[in-house]
Amino acid sequence: MKRRNLLATAAMGLSLALTGGAFAQGLDKVKACFVYVGPIGDGGWTYQHHQGAMALKEKFGDKVEIQYQESVPEGADAERVLTQMALGGCNIIFTTSFGYMDATNAVAAKFPNVKFEHATGFRRDYPNVSTYNARFYEGRAVEGLIAGRMTKSNKIGYIGSFPIPEVIMGINSYYLSAKKVNPNVELSVVWAFTWFDPAKEADAAKALIDQGVDVIASHTDSTAPLAEAAKTDGKVIGFGQASDMAEYKDGPRVTSIIDNWGPYYIERVGALLDGTYEQKDTWAGIAGGEVLIGEITDKVPADVKAEAEALRDSIAAGTYHPFTGPINKQDGSPWLAEGQVAPDADLLGMNFYVEGIVGDIPQ
Amino acid sequence: MDLGGINPVVLIATLMASAVPILLAALGETVVERAGVLNLGVEGMMVIGALGGFVVAVQTGSPVLGFIGGAVAGAALSLIFALLTQAFLANQVATGLALTLFGLGVSSLGGQGYNGIKPPPTGQLLPDALADLPVVGPIVFGHDWVVYFSIAMTAVLWWVLKSTRIGLIIRAVGESHEAAHALGYKVNRIRLGCIAFGGAMAGMGGAYVSLARVPQWVDGITAGAGWIALAIVVFASWKPWRVLIGAYLFGGITVLQLNLQVAGSGIPVEYLSMAPYLITILVLVIMSAGRKANGAPAALGQNFHASR
Repeated sequence: MKRRNLLATAAMGLSLALTGGAFAQGLDKVKACFVYVGPIGDGGWTYQHHQGAMALKEKFGDKVEIQYQESVPEGADAERVLTQMALGGCNIIFTTSFGYMDATNAVAAKFPNVKFEHATGFRRDYPNVSTYNARFYEGRAVEGLIAGRMTKSNKIGYIGSFPIPEVIMGINSYYLSAKKVNPNVELSVVWAFTWFDPAKEADAAKALIDQGVDVIASHTDSTAPLAEAAKTDGKVIGFGQASDMAEYKDGPRVTSIIDNWGPYYIERVGALLDGTYEQKDTWAGIAGGEVLIGEITDKVPADVKAEAEALRDSIAAGTYHPFTGPINKQDGSPWLAEGQVAPDADLLGMNFYVEGIVGDIPQ
Repeated sequence: MDLGGINPVVLIATLMASAVPILLAALGETVVERAGVLNLGVEGMMVIGALGGFVVAVQTGSPVLGFIGGAVAGAALSLIFALLTQAFLANQVATGLALTLFGLGVSSLGGQGYNGIKPPPTGQLLPDALADLPVVGPIVFGHDWVVYFSIAMTAVLWWVLKSTRIGLIIRAVGESHEAAHALGYKVNRIRLGCIAFGGAMAGMGGAYVSLARVPQWVDGITAGAGWIALAIVVFASWKPWRVLIGAYLFGGITVLQLNLQVAGSGIPVEYLSMAPYLITILVLVIMSAGRKANGAPAALGQNFHASR
């Protein structure tokens, strides 16, 4: 116990010495560190975070030093990596996956002078922990509209990663939007229980296709579901996830949700440099530019494309919210009344399907 | 012919393809371990084979050359392991683990610039007329050549290990390298050959992931398949046909559980997700139960030097 205390104190002292403890006046140089859940070459989620880090480097040049570690498992390993980064003189650490939530808060407690930024989380246990997220469900609504209009079999699919609010929110938004334009639509959800496993993602896509699904949205990190859809000679379409995945433009990819983290990273590190940094909870969407809708290809008929773009613009303008009542929960109990818009808290803790989706959420 | 929304014909056809990477890698590792070498670097050799195969296929436009390239890449990486363990007598477990890390790192480096490229397709071998037959068409005739190759290799290895002189020598080296040495066999050279063969098979398995299963290159594309292959070798008691059963069980239940999810079965997803691991191990353990020896080569994991 004593030894642990000693170590923690030493660690704090070290980080204090390194950061100078002078946030009020800003820093001359910031070491920004990133923890990635997959490899940068995944072509999706992690790739986009790295693009954000690169944008940061480009913006500030010598004033910022970037350090990152790829494929860090969610769990005890993450805590070790974070501690190492904090001891290694990182001023701000971006942890870019939901599963780093506990590790981020645990390490933040030991290094009060290091800023921690946790993506897609909701716990800010200490004043040096901020969270940031993007309203991906807004993009899902646009995808859902296209799915509902484009499906011929009236079966649409969704490859889920883990049953966390973020993913469930996406499923609900996708379904509601598809249902709105096509009341006959049925949604099949497959849980892959992984963020990144191309072979399994491809298998999941194949299982959906084998059972007649012809529009696939995925919430995993690689391009494998699109590659699987590409084998069907254009019968099945899909969406770029997290990244534009433009290489499938002449194939199944009809549009995409692009995570655009660069502006946020620049804002936060900039604040650290000029001394205006504060703990924050950021949740921007299409309006804030954090979520971009990739080019809608010609595979989508012009009227559907126009409809999708109108939906995107109305979400951006704030005149439409993808979760606008009346919406019931799966069991039929009312969630949102007529015209009521979902409060953010409900979305962030979402653990139920909306009415019409079959199947149970794994608990 | 549907069972609860799942077409068994499609399911069997899919599982045969999805089991190929694990099957090939596990067959190679079976030979390696029968020769008394424990190479834990299967994952590394697979991923390097996935990259090697992908690069060669993209550059030459020929998927067949791609698979050969994958095999060469896997074998080349395994030679590092062979050098360290057979010449320098390094610890096999540590070297094998290092080989996995090395393979993942090198493939990630070498794969820069190959993200998002589509490889030439590996199509089905036999004409559509056969593949379109009901039931047997998709299961028996509808595959690409690698699927047939993997089944043929199972038979060949079974025969070689069981009934040929070279199989006897490999087993002798794996059971008692001292005795094999006393008989005049070059233990380390035989092992080197087996390691290279194992590397080539793992590399080919990896190439199947990047050229046929997923058709693209992303970092870490094999995502743990090598470890599954290693486990299957042990639970299959180092016997080729059981390796095939293990790989098909694992691949089959993986595909089945995803299909069950799509079909909306009432089974909780958690149970479905762990089913492939659980059932594969269970079946193979039950199959090998009741025998006295579990079949592990007696000299497994021990280095040999002629001076002893």
